[in-house]
Amino acid sequence: MLSLNEFWFILVAVLFVGFFFLEGFDFGVGIASKFVAKDDLEKRAFINSIGPYWDANEVWLITAIGAMFAAFPNWYASMLSGFYLCFAFILFGLIGRGVAFEFRGKADHPTWRKTWDWVILIGSTIPPLVFGIMFTALIQGVPIDENMHMHAGISDVINVYTVLGGVTLTMLCVWHGLIFGTLRLMDTLRERCRRAAKNLLPINAILLVAFLGMTFFKTDMFSVHGNILEYLFMVGILVYIASGYFITRKRDGWAFLMSGLIMILLIASVFIGLFPRVMISSISEAYSLTVQSASSGDYSLKVITYISLALLPFVLGYQIWSYYVFRKRVDHKEHMEY
Amino acid sequence: MDVVELSRIQFASTTLFHFLFVPLSIGLAFIIAIMETMYVVKKDDKYKKMAKFWGHIFLINFAVGVVTGILQEFQFGMNWSEYSRFVGDVFGAPLAIEALLAFFMESTFLGLWIFGWDRLPKWVHALCIWLVSLGTIFSAFFILSANSFMQHPVGEVLQNGRLEMNDFLAIMTNGQLWVEFPHTVFGSFATGALFIVGISAIALLRKKHVAFYKGSFKIAIVVALISGIGIALSGHEQALYLVETQPMKMAASEGLWEDSADPAPWTVFANIDTEAKENSGELKIPYVLSFLSYGKFSGSVEGMNSLQERYTDLYGPGNYIPPVKTTFWSFRVMTVLGGAILALSVWGAYLYARKKLVNSKWYLRLMIVAISFPFIGNSAGWVMTEIGRQPWVVFGYMKTEDAVSAGVTAGEVLFSLITFSALYLILFAVMITLFVREIKKGPDHDIEETEPIADPFTKEGQHAFS
Repeated sequence: MLSLNEFWFILVAVLFVGFFFLEGFDFGVGIASKFVAKDDLEKRAFINSIGPYWDANEVWLITAIGAMFAAFPNWYASMLSGFYLCFAFILFGLIGRGVAFEFRGKADHPTWRKTWDWVILIGSTIPPLVFGIMFTALIQGVPIDENMHMHAGISDVINVYTVLGGVTLTMLCVWHGLIFGTLRLMDTLRERCRRAAKNLLPINAILLVAFLGMTFFKTDMFSVHGNILEYLFMVGILVYIASGYFITRKRDGWAFLMSGLIMILLIASVFIGLFPRVMISSISEAYSLTVQSASSGDYSLKVITYISLALLPFVLGYQIWSYYVFRKRVDHKEHMEY
Repeated sequence: MDVVELSRIQFASTTLFHFLFVPLSIGLAFIIAIMETMYVVKKDDKYKKMAKFWGHIFLINFAVGVVTGILQEFQFGMNWSEYSRFVGDVFGAPLAIEALLAFFMESTFLGLWIFGWDRLPKWVHALCIWLVSLGTIFSAFFILSANSFMQHPVGEVLQNGRLEMNDFLAIMTNGQLWVEFPHTVFGSFATGALFIVGISAIALLRKKHVAFYKGSFKIAIVVALISGIGIALSGHEQALYLVETQPMKMAASEGLWEDSADPAPWTVFANIDTEAKENSGELKIPYVLSFLSYGKFSGSVEGMNSLQERYTDLYGPGNYIPPVKTTFWSFRVMTVLGGAILALSVWGAYLYARKKLVNSKWYLRLMIVAISFPFIGNSAGWVMTEIGRQPWVVFGYMKTEDAVSAGVTAGEVLFSLITFSALYLILFAVMITLFVREIKKGPDHDIEETEPIADPFTKEGQHAFS
């Protein structure tokens, strides 16, 4: 039987996975719009393609962090203070990007729009890059002392392995975003997205293989959870090959499902690799935070379990409905809000 | 400066900045929902125009409110990790519920509202903005339930070296929450209402779109009037509650060193000497403090010196007196502006009813200035609430100086403080510019940011015509 601690660990993981599945393509669209769109109209088409969703997608992160706080206060406290500068940078990115979408279309002036284009690019790159770095550092282990305080030096956070993790995650977002573009955009723009996604296939394959290879040597994930992870990676390889097939065959919906699955598998593997720890101490295994030592009390967990189980169906229901309402492609010859 | 001080400055400045936008969002969402409902019911396009015009301003404001709000949820862990460990068991739950219940609702239905004008049936579209409004109010409720716990802890037990929740219902029915929540929401409605009133006043003075702005004024002034009364009543309830639960904050907000006489007079102003612990040049109104504190014209109010003794006995040696001058003056700024809001709303409603509004130049000019009143009042209210609780972060349990993150250095906080401040200043400037633009465009200019008209002499232009 699943304990409440385990249930909440899974829920936090699901929220992060959901965040990268959804906001992953938003980040990708933000980055890709800088390179794939040729003029202002096309840029606007890109931004409008995620217009109705990106804000709600970002709430997945807010909820993930809120769930961490409620269910695992020590995890929340150690991770957010330990990765202080990482989170500061993520916040700069999210703040700039959030207003840029809203502000960009408010004035019709080339310099104005160019400025916000840069903000969108930078603001869409920093969060996946830094999250990638942070998650990689997390599975590699960070110096946490007996009081659960993390005292990381620069090399604990920034090293070849973590940067590779950050770049891999960012490039996957770009790829995921381009494939999302094939679903929501039209005509030549759609074609260009598909072509760019296809061109990224070999690059991302190399990144993924390199990252997984380093993960094998740099972390204890495979010795702790070898079986299940190996199985997942097999599935991952098949999914990746299938994605290539679907992109080439212009089966955009299927291709999107595959890029989404890659994202899900990658983020889920991070959390599976961590479990039952939530933060791995590089000083001593005994100092690692676990789903037990980092968690709230039983009463508190029960309360938030009941409340979230009652709310989740509605939350998921109306979000799916909003995707249904805006199922039509963005036609940049028509009126656009952003 | 040490890490505690820097963290406090960062938290105070980012939170106060965030709270410039929150009340305006809460207020505008509610008023726009009323406008759109009138459009659906009366089928008059005038109201649709109102909902759209004020909607643009709302969206600009909402965007800044959202992005500055993200920071809030991270800051507890980033800067106050020891606090987060100590109270997370209790404090985390309302934050998680806020995200799940309120943030998803706001953001999803706002997306539907912005992009759904032509895709949703009218009443469904109006329902979307009501759900956004409800989301903003839920958000206020849950964040205030968390804040109320810091002011007046309930439903908790001290075990395993931290505070643990043992009664969720008690946290949701915290007396502090039920005086703080209506006060904040009424204050927010007034913020939105006075904003619309003030902008309408500018246009009415220039005799532009008179029918449109008079219509907007009418709806807003009714909301302002009801909110003004609500602010006063809930504010009074809050003072009654304060005397019981945080008498030190009450004494500090009165600059009351010694126990007061019975009945207690209210100090209008005083020159406070915190070193000598005495005041000079006081101006006092008899009976009023007794009324504020107990709802009757008798009763003595405890002063800071005797409370300091009492707290030292209870919690051990230390200074339990908050920064008196800040608490004293922020309280006065808040109450005076609250009173002004109510008075101006009554006056405005009277002028409107007597059909004298458009010619009342002085009133209209005054209302332009009065846009700032709720913003200043809201901020002063929070300064009083949070500064007045010091040295406690969680009253009776944890002091602010013990709450700060252990692993974070002063340099890191200084870096984030400077960059966040710079970023926020830019945001603020941009937002004001956009506000002015939207207002100048006026209600007839619908958002239709059409593509630049093609120049027929360029190749591209020819292409467009061929």
